[in-house]
Amino acid sequence: MCGTCGCGSEENDVLIQNPKEVKVHQHDHHDHSHGHNHDHNEGHTHSHEHSHDHHHKTVLEVEQDILQHNDVMAARNKGYFEAKNIFALNLVSSPGSGKTALLERTLQDLKNELSFYVIEGDQQTLNDADRIAAIEIPVIQINTGKGCHLESDMVYEAVKKLNIKDNSVLMIENVGNLVCPSMFNLGEHKRVVIISTTEGVDKPIKYPDMFHTSDICIINKIDLLPYLNIDITKLKEYALKVNPSLHFFELSATTGEGLEGWYKWLKENSANH
Amino acid sequence: MHELSIALGIVKIAEDETKKANAKMVELIELEIGTLAGIEFESLDFVWPSAVKDTVLENAIKKINVIKGKGKCIDCDTVFDINYLYDSCPKCGSNFKGIIQGKELRVKALEVA
Repeated sequence: MCGTCGCGSEENDVLIQNPKEVKVHQHDHHDHSHGHNHDHNEGHTHSHEHSHDHHHKTVLEVEQDILQHNDVMAARNKGYFEAKNIFALNLVSSPGSGKTALLERTLQDLKNELSFYVIEGDQQTLNDADRIAAIEIPVIQINTGKGCHLESDMVYEAVKKLNIKDNSVLMIENVGNLVCPSMFNLGEHKRVVIISTTEGVDKPIKYPDMFHTSDICIINKIDLLPYLNIDITKLKEYALKVNPSLHFFELSATTGEGLEGWYKWLKENSANH
Repeated sequence: MHELSIALGIVKIAEDETKKANAKMVELIELEIGTLAGIEFESLDFVWPSAVKDTVLENAIKKINVIKGKGKCIDCDTVFDINYLYDSCPKCGSNFKGIIQGKELRVKALEVA
């Protein structure tokens, strides 16, 4: 089991659910007892040929990428998205950066202009999916159990359940974790890393992998700047050292400040990706 | 961290390849892991025993070839060692670089019996 976040213990069952269906289908489970009998009349004899060539080693030149399965499934997702002209975003951040708040605000403000679908990733609970379902957006919750990131086959299963219409935008909110999700391509068109002003300026170089693999960096909670001692210019400098191609948006999901730029980018890219 | 997922991916590859070769167990597994691949070697060692338990890798020796990070500056073509993803070109200071090596995460070979 993983020492940092506990991922991958035996009770690590991934659950993929629609919050609306879960409400309808809650029921008690009853117990079964299954009896079965075996006859053990094994009337055969054993004969073996023994070869005494004990040190028979074979070297298999495997040369296989360990993440190959994830990459193959990601490519499959991407093919599906492209065929249906779905613009897919993978939203990643530390816990508490305001990912879900930004998502709620974005969906509320743009739901009359764009057709949205959401996949929520969390270790436990349907809380985030409930928040999205409350604004009448189709959503599937993936609970990763002890897992600390989404993988492309989970997204594949969730996408099948969502039944997404052509020409839509799919927002995949990853598990709040700035380390593990960076290695797992989900088939998204763009990866969006969200960092809030309450986090340290040096986060991009402390967790470089996530910033290195992202296309967009959203700096959230700028309404709190008057109360904080943080130099946003320095934060951006660090992020650009890791990834000089990053594109920034500075905004506040709470007050709405700075959202226009993000919305403009979203609308342009969903039409043209 | 994600090292357990990675270890389970390695187990899957080893199980599949061993079966294909009609072998029973792996005596030695050779991995290639780059220093920029996002793997903590200590974490991988930590999760390894629980990941390989009751699999063909249970008694295998794990050999890791560590591949050092190398990049090429996009602005001046200098090839340089990368220890961290945020290292810039030592000659011209540019942050724009292509990574030539160091992102590897591969099962190179298995010695099966």
